[in-house]
Amino acid sequence: MEKISRIKSSAVPIHIENIDTDQIIPARFLKSTTKDGFGENLFYDWRYDNNENAIGDFVLNNNLYNGKILIAGNNFGCGSSREHAAWALYDYGFRVVVSSFFADIFKSNALNNGILPITVSPKQLDVIFKKIENNSRQTFEVILEDQLFIADDLRINFEIDAYKKDCLLNGLDDIDYLMNSMDEIKEFENKQVIF
Amino acid sequence: MKTLFDKIWDAHVVKTIPGGREVIYIDRHFIHEVTSPQAFAGLKKRNISIYRKDKVIATADHNVPTKNQHLPIKDPLSKLQVDTLTQNCLENDITYFGLGHEKNGIVHVIGPELGITKPGMTIVCGDSHTSTHGAFGSIAFGIGTSEVEMVMASQCLILNKPKKMRITVNGQLSKGVSSKDIVLYIISKLTVNGATGYFVEYAGSTIKSLSMEERMTICNMSIEMGARGGLIAPDETTFNYIKGKEYAPKGEKFDEAVAYWKTLASDVDAVFDHEYAFDASDISPMITYGTNPGQGIKINDFIPEKANTKSLTYMGLENKQSLIGKKIQHVFIGSCTNSRIEDFRIVANFIKGKRKADHISALIVPGSKQVENQVKKEGLDKILEEAGFELREPGCSACLAMNEDKISKGEYCVSTSNRNFEGRQGPGSRTLLASPLTAAAAAVYGEIVDVREYI
Ligand code: SF4
Repeated sequence: MEKISRIKSSAVPIHIENIDTDQIIPARFLKSTTKDGFGENLFYDWRYDNNENAIGDFVLNNNLYNGKILIAGNNFGCGSSREHAAWALYDYGFRVVVSSFFADIFKSNALNNGILPITVSPKQLDVIFKKIENNSRQTFEVILEDQLFIADDLRINFEIDAYKKDCLLNGLDDIDYLMNSMDEIKEFENKQVIF
Repeated sequence: MKTLFDKIWDAHVVKTIPGGREVIYIDRHFIHEVTSPQAFAGLKKRNISIYRKDKVIATADHNVPTKNQHLPIKDPLSKLQVDTLTQNCLENDITYFGLGHEKNGIVHVIGPELGITKPGMTIVCGDSHTSTHGAFGSIAFGIGTSEVEMVMASQCLILNKPKKMRITVNGQLSKGVSSKDIVLYIISKLTVNGATGYFVEYAGSTIKSLSMEERMTICNMSIEMGARGGLIAPDETTFNYIKGKEYAPKGEKFDEAVAYWKTLASDVDAVFDHEYAFDASDISPMITYGTNPGQGIKINDFIPEKANTKSLTYMGLENKQSLIGKKIQHVFIGSCTNSRIEDFRIVANFIKGKRKADHISALIVPGSKQVENQVKKEGLDKILEEAGFELREPGCSACLAMNEDKISKGEYCVSTSNRNFEGRQGPGSRTLLASPLTAAAAAVYGEIVDVREYI
C-alpha cells in the first residue's frame, strides 16, 4: 500500500448525502475478477448518460475541480458492503475522503485500501463546501502525523485509530502487519490444541 | 465469569495491538466463487502464497445454475467466476467441492454436514451468513475481500472485540411453529439494527430443545438484526450430530474433543452487555410484509398502522391489511436458511397426497448434493414431484437471483430464504419470508394461510 503522510491538494466536492456504494460503483461493474480498473466506472451513472456521453453538470466532468481529496455529504458509503467502492475511489486517484459520517464497512474498506476517511462535524463540512464554492482551486492540507486537516485559517483535528494511523503512515496494511507477525502466529499454532 | 463468546475469542488471541485491536487466529476459512478472485489476485501480486491451505475449503454456490449442472455453465460471467475459482484452487492446492462434486453445495450447508464445522472454532467466509456455523458453538462471521486475502496470507484477522448480547427463549413452541418463526419473531422485536455491534448468544430451554438444523436457521439470520454473528452453546444434540461425520474426530479423539466442547458454555455469573428474554408461547408462525427482515408479523396479525410506506408501496400492500388470503405466484424453498434434509422432510410430510395450486410455481432447491441425494433416498422427490414441486440441483438459486432463478417484477414469492430486500429475488420481485411449513401451505392453497388450521 502507498504511504500517506502529507497530502496537499485541491478537492472535488459532491454535495450529496447518503451516497451509497451502488452509486459509487454500480453492480453491473462488479464482474471483474481483479481489483484494478474500477476508476473508469466510478460514479458511472452520475457521470454518463444513457448514450455514454459525459454529463457536464457532474463534478467529475468539470475541469474546474480535481485533486486527491473527495468532499462528500453525510453518511458516505452506505448500502452494500462491496469493497469495489473503495477500489474504484482509489483507482480514480482519491486518497482522502472527507464527510460528516461514514458507513462502518466503507470506512474499514477504505482504510484497508489506502484511503484516509476524515470525519468532520456537519458545521465544519459546510465551511469546507463553502470554501470550494468560493474558490474551486482552494487547496487543503492533510497532515496525518498530527491528525490535522487544514485550509488556510481552518484547522481541524480529526480522529483515527492508532494502529490504522500507523499503517497509513508506513504504507502498511493488515497483511503487511500480519506478515511481520508470522513468528508469533506460528508460536500460537504450536500451542493450540485442535480437535 | 466468561461468556461462551469470550472463551472462544480469548483462546484465539495471538496478540493485542496498541490501541486495543487483537490479532485473531482463524481455524477454518470457507471460500466461494464471488468474493475470492480479487483475494487470490492480490496475493499473487504480492508474491505471497496461501499460508495454511489445509484450512481452506472451497465450493461453488452463489452463481451456479440449478439445472443441468453436468453441462458447461451457459452464462459467461458465472462461468468465468466458477472457472477462476477452479483454477485458483488447482494452483494453490485447495480442497474444492466444485459443481457436480458429491460434496458440493451452499457453503453454510456443506460445512456442518461434512463435520468441518465444530464447536470452539473460529470460522470465516466472504459471505455474511457465515453466522450459520455459530449453531455449533463456534465464532463464525462474514468478512470482506481484503479480509479473505488476510486470512489466506496469515490465517489471522485484526479485529476489535464485539460486544456481547444474550437472547433467551424459554418454554414450549406451539404446533406449526418452527425455528424460522422464532428468528423472524426475534428480528421483528429487535429490528434490523437492534444487534449492531454485538455477537449474540441464543440460550434458554426452547433453544436447547432444537435440532442442529433448527439451530442453524436461527444463527443464520443473526446478521439480519445487525449482529456480527450468533452462537449457541454445544450440547449432546451437537455432539451427536457431529459424531461419525467425515471430518469429525474419531474414536478416542472424539471423546477428548467432547470433553473440551463441554467446557464451552457461558459461566453462570457471566455478564452480557445486553440481554433479551422471550417466551416461546408468544411465538406464532411469522411472515414478513415489507422490504427488510425486521418487518415481520404473526401470520394472523395485521400489517402495523405505522408500517413504512415506501416498503408497502413496493410490496403492493397496505397498512392494517391482513396477509391471510393474499394470492401469491411463487414459492421458493431453499437457501442457507432452510434447505437441509429436515426442512424437506417437513415439507414432504405436509404436501404428501396434496397438490400445489395450479397458478403456483414451486421451486425446491436442496442446499447440497448430499441433501439432494438424501431426498431421493428417502423417496421425498416422488412426493414433491407428485405435488407439482420442481426439485432442482443445489445452489443459492432464487435467494439472490444471481443465476436464472428469478421472480418476475411485481410477483409475490413466499420464500424460506433470509432477505426480502427490494429486488433481492430479481428486479421488482416481492418476497415474503416464512418457514418451510408456511411456504408449503402457501403452495398448496395458492395464497397465504395460517398453516395451523391445516395440520
Ligand atoms: S443461500 Fe442466499 S444468503 Fe445463503 S449464502 Fe447463498 S446467497 Fe447468501
